[in-house]
Amino acid sequence: MDENDVKVKVLGSWSSPFVMRAMIALNIKSVNYEYLEERLWEGKSELLLKSNPVHKKIPVLIHGDKPICESLVIVQYIDEVWSSTPSILPSDPHERATDRFWAAYLDEKWFPSMRTIAIAQGEDARKAAIAQLEEGLVLLEEAFGKCSKGKPFFGGDQIGYLDIAFGCFLGWLRVTEKMSVINLLGEAKTPALLKWAHRFCSDAYVKDVMPETEKLAGFGKMIMAKLRGAAPPKS
Amino acid sequence: MAESDVKVLGSWPSPFVLRARIALHLKSVNYEYIEENLLESKSELLLKSNPVYKKVPVLIHGDKPICESLIIVQYIDEVWSSAPSILPSDAYERANSRFWAAYVDDKWFPALRGVLVAESEDAKKATIAQVEEGLVLLEEEFRKLSKGKAFFDGDNIGYLDITIGCFLVWIEVIEKFSEIKLLNETKTPCLLEWADSFSSHAAVKDVLPEADKLAEFSVKLRAKFLKARATSK
Repeated sequence: MDENDVKVKVLGSWSSPFVMRAMIALNIKSVNYEYLEERLWEGKSELLLKSNPVHKKIPVLIHGDKPICESLVIVQYIDEVWSSTPSILPSDPHERATDRFWAAYLDEKWFPSMRTIAIAQGEDARKAAIAQLEEGLVLLEEAFGKCSKGKPFFGGDQIGYLDIAFGCFLGWLRVTEKMSVINLLGEAKTPALLKWAHRFCSDAYVKDVMPETEKLAGFGKMIMAKLRGAAPPKS
Repeated sequence: MAESDVKVLGSWPSPFVLRARIALHLKSVNYEYIEENLLESKSELLLKSNPVYKKVPVLIHGDKPICESLIIVQYIDEVWSSAPSILPSDAYERANSRFWAAYVDDKWFPALRGVLVAESEDAKKATIAQVEEGLVLLEEEFRKLSKGKAFFDGDNIGYLDITIGCFLVWIEVIEKFSEIKLLNETKTPCLLEWADSFSSHAAVKDVLPEADKLAEFSVKLRAKFLKARATSK
Protein backbone atom coordinates (compact mmCIF):
# COMPACT_ATOMS: atom_id res chain seq x y z
CA MET A 1 0.00 0.00 0.00
CA ASP A 2 1.26 3.45 -0.83
CA GLU A 3 2.02 5.22 2.44
CA ASN A 4 0.34 8.31 1.04
CA ASP A 5 -3.02 6.51 0.96
CA VAL A 6 -3.13 6.09 4.71
CA LYS A 7 -4.51 8.99 6.77
CA VAL A 8 -2.11 10.90 8.99
CA LYS A 9 -3.23 13.03 11.95
CA VAL A 10 -1.27 15.09 14.45
CA LEU A 11 -2.76 15.83 17.87
CA GLY A 12 -1.03 18.99 19.04
CA SER A 13 -0.99 22.41 20.56
CA TRP A 14 0.22 25.52 18.70
CA SER A 15 2.52 26.55 21.54
CA SER A 16 4.29 23.21 21.97
CA PRO A 17 7.85 22.92 20.67
CA PHE A 18 7.50 19.14 20.77
CA VAL A 19 4.50 19.22 18.42
CA MET A 20 6.53 21.41 16.03
CA ARG A 21 9.06 18.60 15.71
CA ALA A 22 6.43 16.24 14.31
CA MET A 23 5.05 18.82 11.90
CA ILE A 24 8.45 19.87 10.55
CA ALA A 25 9.33 16.22 9.93
CA LEU A 26 6.06 15.64 8.04
CA ASN A 27 6.67 18.81 6.01
CA ILE A 28 10.16 17.64 5.04
CA LYS A 29 8.63 14.42 3.76
CA SER A 30 5.77 16.27 1.97
CA VAL A 31 3.23 14.20 3.90
CA ASN A 32 -0.30 15.58 4.05
CA TYR A 33 -1.77 15.46 7.51
CA GLU A 34 -4.76 16.64 9.49
CA TYR A 35 -3.84 18.80 12.46
CA LEU A 36 -6.08 18.58 15.52
CA GLU A 37 -5.60 21.29 18.15
CA GLU A 38 -5.84 20.22 21.79
CA ARG A 39 -6.91 22.99 24.14
CA LEU A 40 -4.73 21.78 26.98
CA TRP A 41 -6.05 24.15 29.62
CA GLU A 42 -9.63 23.12 28.94
CA GLY A 43 -9.24 19.38 29.48
CA LYS A 44 -7.89 16.63 27.25
CA SER A 45 -9.90 15.16 24.37
CA GLU A 46 -11.15 11.56 24.26
CA LEU A 47 -8.93 10.93 21.27
CA LEU A 48 -5.82 12.10 23.16
CA LEU A 49 -6.61 10.01 26.24
CA LYS A 50 -7.24 6.97 24.04
CA SER A 51 -4.14 7.48 21.85
CA ASN A 52 -1.68 8.22 24.63
CA PRO A 53 -3.06 6.54 27.77
CA VAL A 54 0.37 6.32 29.44
CA HIS A 55 1.38 10.01 29.33
CA LYS A 56 -1.80 11.76 28.05
CA LYS A 57 0.47 14.26 26.27
CA ILE A 58 0.90 15.80 22.84
CA PRO A 59 2.22 15.37 20.22
CA VAL A 60 0.60 12.14 19.08
CA LEU A 61 0.99 11.04 15.48
CA ILE A 62 -1.88 8.85 14.32
CA HIS A 63 -0.92 6.89 11.21
CA GLY A 64 -3.99 5.03 9.98
CA ASP A 65 -5.19 3.64 13.30
CA LYS A 66 -1.76 3.45 14.95
CA PRO A 67 -0.78 6.08 17.53
CA ILE A 68 2.89 6.99 17.95
CA CYS A 69 3.90 9.07 20.99
CA GLU A 70 6.97 11.00 22.19
CA SER A 71 8.22 13.65 19.76
CA LEU A 72 11.68 12.21 19.03
CA VAL A 73 10.20 8.72 18.57
CA ILE A 74 7.68 10.27 16.15
CA VAL A 75 10.39 12.05 14.12
CA GLN A 76 12.39 8.82 13.76
CA TYR A 77 9.22 6.93 12.80
CA ILE A 78 8.42 9.52 10.10
CA ASP A 79 11.99 9.27 8.77
CA GLU A 80 11.78 5.48 8.59
CA VAL A 81 8.28 5.13 7.11
CA TRP A 82 8.63 7.82 4.41
CA SER A 83 12.11 6.66 3.56
CA SER A 84 12.34 7.65 -0.10
CA THR A 85 12.27 11.43 0.39
CA PRO A 86 15.04 13.57 2.07
CA SER A 87 16.58 11.82 5.10
CA ILE A 88 16.14 13.41 8.49
CA LEU A 89 18.72 11.36 10.40
CA PRO A 90 22.23 11.04 8.93
CA SER A 91 23.18 7.67 7.47
CA ASP A 92 26.46 7.28 9.39
CA PRO A 93 25.90 5.45 12.73
CA HIS A 94 28.30 7.66 14.67
CA GLU A 95 26.68 10.83 13.36
CA ARG A 96 23.27 9.36 14.27
CA ALA A 97 24.53 8.62 17.78
CA THR A 98 25.83 12.20 18.08
CA ASP A 99 22.50 13.68 16.93
CA ARG A 100 20.60 11.45 19.37
CA PHE A 101 22.97 12.41 22.19
CA TRP A 102 22.40 16.15 21.74
CA ALA A 103 18.64 15.70 21.27
CA ALA A 104 18.51 13.81 24.59
CA TYR A 105 20.65 16.51 26.23
CA LEU A 106 18.23 19.19 25.02
CA ASP A 107 15.22 17.35 26.40
CA GLU A 108 16.71 16.15 29.69
CA LYS A 109 18.96 19.04 30.71
CA TRP A 110 18.67 22.15 28.57
CA PHE A 111 14.95 22.76 28.06
CA PRO A 112 14.10 21.98 31.72
CA SER A 113 16.47 24.87 32.69
CA MET A 114 14.43 27.21 30.51
CA ARG A 115 11.23 26.22 32.29
CA THR A 116 12.96 26.67 35.62
CA ILE A 117 13.66 30.33 34.79
CA ALA A 118 9.94 30.99 34.48
CA ILE A 119 9.03 29.53 37.86
CA ALA A 120 12.27 30.14 39.77
CA GLN A 121 11.72 31.41 43.32
CA GLY A 122 14.19 34.16 44.02
CA GLU A 123 16.94 35.91 42.08
CA ASP A 124 19.62 33.29 42.91
CA ALA A 125 17.58 30.41 41.51
CA ARG A 126 16.79 32.45 38.40
CA LYS A 127 20.43 33.35 37.81
CA ALA A 128 21.51 29.72 38.26
CA ALA A 129 18.95 28.54 35.68
CA ILE A 130 20.07 31.24 33.22
CA ALA A 131 23.70 30.21 33.72
CA GLN A 132 22.82 26.59 32.93
CA LEU A 133 21.03 27.64 29.77
CA GLU A 134 24.01 29.72 28.66
CA GLU A 135 26.47 26.91 29.39
CA GLY A 136 24.33 24.58 27.31
CA LEU A 137 24.30 27.03 24.40
CA VAL A 138 28.10 27.18 24.42
CA LEU A 139 28.20 23.36 24.22
CA LEU A 140 25.68 23.44 21.37
CA GLU A 141 27.68 26.14 19.54
CA GLU A 142 30.64 23.76 19.64
CA ALA A 143 28.48 20.83 18.54
CA PHE A 144 27.19 22.92 15.64
CA GLY A 145 30.74 23.54 14.44
CA LYS A 146 31.48 19.80 14.45
CA CYS A 147 28.16 18.59 12.98
CA SER A 148 27.62 21.22 10.26
CA LYS A 149 31.22 21.13 8.96
CA GLY A 150 30.82 24.63 7.53
CA LYS A 151 27.33 24.04 6.10
CA PRO A 152 24.18 25.96 7.05
CA PHE A 153 22.54 23.36 9.33
CA PHE A 154 23.43 20.69 11.92
CA GLY A 155 22.21 18.29 9.23
CA GLY A 156 24.43 19.86 6.55
CA ASP A 157 22.82 21.45 3.50
CA GLN A 158 19.32 20.69 4.75
CA ILE A 159 17.50 20.63 8.05
CA GLY A 160 18.09 17.35 9.92
CA TYR A 161 17.28 15.64 13.20
CA LEU A 162 19.27 17.91 15.48
CA ASP A 163 18.10 21.07 13.71
CA ILE A 164 14.52 19.93 14.38
CA ALA A 165 15.22 18.81 17.95
CA PHE A 166 16.85 22.12 18.88
CA GLY A 167 15.17 24.61 16.53
CA CYS A 168 11.70 23.87 17.90
CA PHE A 169 12.77 25.66 21.12
CA LEU A 170 13.68 28.94 19.39
CA GLY A 171 10.25 30.50 19.91
CA TRP A 172 10.39 29.92 23.67
CA LEU A 173 14.05 30.96 23.70
CA ARG A 174 13.09 34.35 22.25
CA VAL A 175 10.25 34.69 24.76
CA THR A 176 12.69 33.94 27.60
CA GLU A 177 15.12 36.57 26.27
CA LYS A 178 12.28 39.11 26.12
CA MET A 179 10.78 38.35 29.53
CA SER A 180 14.07 38.07 31.40
CA VAL A 181 15.68 40.92 29.44
CA ILE A 182 18.78 38.91 28.55
CA ASN A 183 20.57 37.86 25.37
CA LEU A 184 20.96 34.10 25.26
CA LEU A 185 22.03 33.78 21.63
CA GLY A 186 24.61 36.46 20.87
CA GLU A 187 27.56 37.48 18.68
CA ALA A 188 29.99 37.12 21.55
CA LYS A 189 29.45 33.51 22.66
CA THR A 190 27.19 31.86 20.05
CA PRO A 191 27.76 33.60 16.69
CA ALA A 192 27.18 30.48 14.59
CA LEU A 193 23.98 29.54 16.43
CA LEU A 194 22.69 33.10 16.05
CA LYS A 195 22.96 32.81 12.26
CA TRP A 196 21.62 29.25 12.27
CA ALA A 197 18.56 30.37 14.25
CA HIS A 198 17.61 32.89 11.55
CA ARG A 199 18.09 30.33 8.81
CA PHE A 200 16.07 27.71 10.69
CA CYS A 201 13.12 29.99 11.44
CA SER A 202 12.87 31.18 7.84
CA ASP A 203 13.19 27.71 6.34
CA ALA A 204 10.29 26.62 4.13
CA TYR A 205 9.55 23.56 6.28
CA VAL A 206 9.52 25.57 9.49
CA LYS A 207 8.11 29.04 9.02
CA ASP A 208 4.44 28.11 8.82
CA VAL A 209 4.55 26.06 12.02
CA MET A 210 6.76 28.36 14.14
CA PRO A 211 4.48 30.41 16.43
CA GLU A 212 4.92 34.20 16.53
CA THR A 213 7.03 35.34 19.47
CA GLU A 214 4.44 37.94 20.57
CA LYS A 215 1.65 35.38 20.70
CA LEU A 216 3.90 32.92 22.55
CA ALA A 217 4.97 35.64 25.03
CA GLY A 218 1.33 36.41 25.83
CA PHE A 219 0.65 32.72 26.33
CA GLY A 220 3.77 32.41 28.51
CA LYS A 221 2.61 35.21 30.80
CA MET A 222 -0.75 33.48 31.21
CA ILE A 223 0.88 30.15 32.12
CA MET A 224 3.22 31.80 34.61
CA ALA A 225 0.31 33.53 36.29
CA LYS A 226 -1.55 30.22 36.54
CA LEU A 227 1.54 28.37 37.86
CA ARG A 228 2.20 30.99 40.49
CA GLY A 229 -1.43 31.28 41.55
CA ALA A 230 -2.26 27.57 41.38
CA ALA A 231 -1.97 25.08 44.22
CA PRO A 232 1.13 22.82 44.07
CA PRO A 233 0.45 20.22 41.34
CA LYS A 234 0.24 16.50 42.17
CA SER A 235 3.31 14.75 40.74
CA MET B 1 38.42 -6.08 14.31
CA ALA B 2 40.96 -6.14 17.15
CA GLU B 3 39.57 -6.20 20.70
CA SER B 4 41.31 -2.94 21.59
CA ASP B 5 39.24 -1.19 18.93
CA VAL B 6 36.15 -1.52 21.12
CA LYS B 7 36.21 -0.49 24.76
CA VAL B 8 33.48 -0.14 27.34
CA LEU B 9 33.99 2.15 30.32
CA GLY B 10 31.71 0.77 32.96
CA SER B 11 30.99 0.00 36.54
CA TRP B 12 29.80 -3.40 37.80
CA PRO B 13 26.71 -2.17 39.72
CA SER B 14 25.40 -0.06 36.84
CA PRO B 15 22.34 -1.43 35.01
CA PHE B 16 23.02 1.02 32.17
CA VAL B 17 26.47 -0.45 31.57
CA LEU B 18 24.84 -3.91 31.35
CA ARG B 19 22.82 -2.73 28.38
CA ALA B 20 25.95 -1.92 26.38
CA ARG B 21 27.66 -5.19 27.32
CA ILE B 22 24.65 -7.39 26.54
CA ALA B 23 24.29 -5.73 23.13
CA LEU B 24 27.96 -6.39 22.33
CA HIS B 25 27.62 -10.02 23.46
CA LEU B 26 24.58 -10.52 21.24
CA LYS B 27 26.64 -9.31 18.30
CA SER B 28 29.65 -11.43 19.32
CA VAL B 29 31.85 -8.33 19.41
CA ASN B 30 35.06 -8.62 21.42
CA TYR B 31 35.80 -5.62 23.61
CA GLU B 32 38.01 -4.43 26.41
CA TYR B 33 36.09 -3.71 29.60
CA ILE B 34 37.48 -0.94 31.81
CA GLU B 35 36.09 -0.68 35.34
CA GLU B 36 35.38 2.74 36.86
CA ASN B 37 34.91 2.94 40.60
CA LEU B 38 31.74 5.00 41.04
CA LEU B 39 32.34 5.66 44.73
CA GLU B 40 35.76 7.20 44.04
CA SER B 41 36.92 9.91 41.66
CA LYS B 42 36.49 9.61 37.90
CA SER B 43 39.27 8.55 35.53
CA GLU B 44 40.88 10.87 32.96
CA LEU B 45 39.57 8.65 30.19
CA LEU B 46 35.99 8.95 31.43
CA LEU B 47 36.20 12.73 31.84
CA LYS B 48 37.68 13.04 28.35
CA SER B 49 35.21 10.64 26.70
CA ASN B 50 32.06 11.96 28.33
CA PRO B 51 32.76 15.59 29.25
CA VAL B 52 29.06 16.55 29.28
CA TYR B 53 27.80 13.99 31.83
CA LYS B 54 30.99 12.31 33.12
CA LYS B 55 29.00 9.05 33.45
CA VAL B 56 29.23 5.40 32.48
CA PRO B 57 28.67 3.59 30.20
CA VAL B 58 30.83 4.98 27.42
CA LEU B 59 31.51 2.91 24.33
CA ILE B 60 34.79 3.81 22.66
CA HIS B 61 34.91 2.55 19.07
CA GLY B 62 38.32 3.25 17.56
CA ASP B 63 38.81 6.78 18.86
CA LYS B 64 35.11 7.73 18.90
CA PRO B 65 33.22 7.82 22.20
CA ILE B 66 29.48 7.09 22.25
CA CYS B 67 27.52 7.98 25.40
CA GLU B 68 24.07 7.27 26.86
CA SER B 69 23.17 3.57 27.16
CA LEU B 70 20.19 3.44 24.76
CA ILE B 71 22.10 5.44 22.16
CA ILE B 72 24.99 2.99 22.56
CA VAL B 73 22.69 -0.01 22.05
CA GLN B 74 21.24 1.50 18.86
CA TYR B 75 24.75 2.34 17.63
CA ILE B 76 25.87 -1.26 18.22
CA ASP B 77 22.81 -2.55 16.36
CA GLU B 78 23.52 -0.27 13.39
CA VAL B 79 27.28 -0.80 13.13
CA TRP B 80 27.26 -4.59 13.56
CA SER B 81 24.22 -4.95 11.36
CA SER B 82 24.72 -8.51 10.11
CA ALA B 83 24.42 -10.34 13.42
CA PRO B 84 20.98 -10.81 15.19
CA SER B 85 18.92 -7.56 15.10
CA ILE B 86 18.36 -5.84 18.41
CA LEU B 87 15.66 -3.40 17.31
CA PRO B 88 12.62 -4.79 15.45
CA SER B 89 12.61 -4.37 11.67
CA ASP B 90 9.08 -2.94 11.46
CA ALA B 91 8.97 0.87 11.87
CA TYR B 92 5.90 0.86 14.11
CA GLU B 93 7.31 -1.89 16.35
CA ARG B 94 10.55 0.10 16.55
CA ALA B 95 8.64 3.21 17.59
CA ASN B 96 6.79 1.16 20.23
CA SER B 97 10.08 -0.25 21.62
CA ARG B 98 11.58 3.24 21.76
CA PHE B 99 8.44 4.58 23.46
CA TRP B 100 8.58 1.98 26.24
CA ALA B 101 12.35 2.37 26.63
CA ALA B 102 11.81 6.10 27.17
CA TYR B 103 9.04 5.32 29.69
CA VAL B 104 11.38 3.00 31.60
CA ASP B 105 14.17 5.58 31.79
CA ASP B 106 12.06 8.72 32.31
CA LYS B 107 9.34 7.43 34.64
CA TRP B 108 9.90 3.91 35.96
CA PHE B 109 13.61 3.88 36.84
CA PRO B 110 13.45 7.14 38.86
CA ALA B 111 10.70 5.50 40.97
CA LEU B 112 12.86 2.38 41.46
CA ARG B 113 15.80 4.50 42.53
CA GLY B 114 13.39 6.46 44.72
CA VAL B 115 12.61 3.33 46.76
CA LEU B 116 16.30 2.93 47.57
CA VAL B 117 16.79 6.51 48.74
CA ALA B 118 13.39 7.18 50.33
CA GLU B 119 13.80 8.77 53.74
CA SER B 120 10.37 8.17 55.26
CA GLU B 121 8.02 5.15 55.30
CA ASP B 122 5.41 7.21 53.44
CA ALA B 123 7.85 8.22 50.71
CA LYS B 124 8.95 4.58 50.39
CA LYS B 125 5.34 3.36 50.10
CA ALA B 126 4.58 5.99 47.46
CA THR B 127 7.57 5.09 45.28
CA ILE B 128 6.92 1.34 45.67
CA ALA B 129 3.35 1.93 44.42
CA GLN B 130 4.75 3.78 41.39
CA VAL B 131 7.17 0.95 40.63
CA GLU B 132 4.37 -1.62 40.91
CA GLU B 133 2.07 0.41 38.64
CA GLY B 134 4.83 0.54 36.05
CA LEU B 135 5.42 -3.20 36.26
CA VAL B 136 1.71 -3.85 35.63
CA LEU B 137 1.93 -1.70 32.46
CA LEU B 138 5.05 -3.58 31.38
CA GLU B 139 3.37 -6.95 32.08
CA GLU B 140 0.53 -5.91 29.76
CA GLU B 141 2.97 -4.78 27.09
CA PHE B 142 4.90 -8.04 27.42
CA ARG B 143 1.76 -10.07 26.77
CA LYS B 144 1.00 -7.99 23.65
CA LEU B 145 4.50 -8.03 22.19
CA SER B 146 5.82 -11.49 23.05
CA LYS B 147 2.76 -13.28 21.60
CA GLY B 148 3.39 -16.26 23.86
CA LYS B 149 7.14 -16.40 23.27
CA ALA B 150 9.93 -16.05 25.81
CA PHE B 151 10.98 -12.42 25.29
CA PHE B 152 9.47 -8.99 24.57
CA ASP B 153 11.03 -9.36 21.15
CA GLY B 154 9.75 -12.92 20.57
CA ASP B 155 12.17 -15.82 20.32
CA ASN B 156 15.24 -13.67 20.85
CA ILE B 157 16.36 -10.95 23.24
CA GLY B 158 15.74 -7.50 21.79
CA TYR B 159 15.81 -3.79 22.65
CA LEU B 160 13.07 -3.80 25.23
CA ASP B 161 14.36 -6.98 26.92
CA ILE B 162 17.77 -5.32 27.31
CA THR B 163 16.29 -1.99 28.43
CA ILE B 164 14.26 -3.55 31.26
CA GLY B 165 16.21 -6.72 32.01
CA CYS B 166 19.28 -4.75 33.10
CA PHE B 167 17.38 -3.78 36.28
CA LEU B 168 16.52 -7.33 37.42
CA VAL B 169 19.22 -7.73 40.07
CA TRP B 170 18.45 -4.23 41.39
CA ILE B 171 14.79 -5.30 41.62
CA GLU B 172 15.92 -8.33 43.65
CA VAL B 173 17.97 -6.10 45.99
CA ILE B 174 15.10 -3.66 46.48
CA GLU B 175 12.67 -6.55 47.11
CA LYS B 176 14.92 -7.71 49.96
CA PHE B 177 15.42 -4.17 51.28
CA SER B 178 11.70 -3.32 51.31
CA GLU B 179 10.41 -6.83 52.10
CA ILE B 180 8.00 -6.86 49.17
CA LYS B 181 7.78 -8.93 46.00
CA LEU B 182 7.74 -6.46 43.08
CA LEU B 183 7.65 -9.26 40.51
CA ASN B 184 5.05 -11.79 41.63
CA GLU B 185 2.67 -14.55 40.48
CA THR B 186 -0.43 -12.44 41.12
CA LYS B 187 0.27 -9.22 39.22
CA THR B 188 3.23 -9.99 36.96
CA PRO B 189 3.33 -13.74 36.22
CA CYS B 190 4.68 -13.30 32.68
CA LEU B 191 7.43 -10.91 33.77
CA LEU B 192 8.40 -13.32 36.55
CA GLU B 193 8.97 -16.06 34.00
CA TRP B 194 10.64 -13.66 31.55
CA ALA B 195 13.04 -12.59 34.32
CA ASP B 196 14.34 -16.17 34.56
CA SER B 197 14.68 -16.55 30.79
CA PHE B 198 16.51 -13.23 30.51
CA SER B 199 18.87 -13.79 33.43
CA SER B 200 19.93 -17.21 32.19
CA HIS B 201 20.49 -16.13 28.57
CA ALA B 202 24.02 -16.70 27.28
CA ALA B 203 24.54 -13.03 26.44
CA VAL B 204 23.43 -11.95 29.92
CA LYS B 205 24.35 -14.37 32.69
CA ASP B 206 28.07 -13.69 32.89
CA VAL B 207 27.68 -9.94 33.35
CA LEU B 208 24.87 -9.81 35.89
CA PRO B 209 26.17 -8.70 39.29
CA GLU B 210 25.66 -11.01 42.28
CA ALA B 211 22.66 -10.01 44.37
CA ASP B 212 24.56 -10.12 47.71
CA LYS B 213 27.38 -7.99 46.40
CA LEU B 214 24.88 -5.52 44.92
CA ALA B 215 22.93 -5.40 48.19
CA GLU B 216 26.13 -4.46 50.05
CA PHE B 217 26.87 -1.79 47.44
CA SER B 218 23.32 -0.41 47.64
CA VAL B 219 23.77 0.32 51.36
CA LYS B 220 26.87 2.41 50.56
CA LEU B 221 25.11 4.11 47.65
CA ARG B 222 22.09 5.02 49.79
CA ALA B 223 24.38 6.44 52.51
CA LYS B 224 26.30 8.50 49.94
CA PHE B 225 23.09 9.82 48.41
CA LEU B 226 21.49 10.76 51.73
CA LYS B 227 24.66 12.51 52.85
CA ALA B 228 24.77 14.53 49.62
CA ARG B 229 21.09 15.42 50.01
CA ALA B 230 21.66 16.54 53.63
CA THR B 231 24.64 18.73 52.80
CA SER B 232 22.93 20.40 49.81
CA LYS B 233 19.97 21.59 51.92
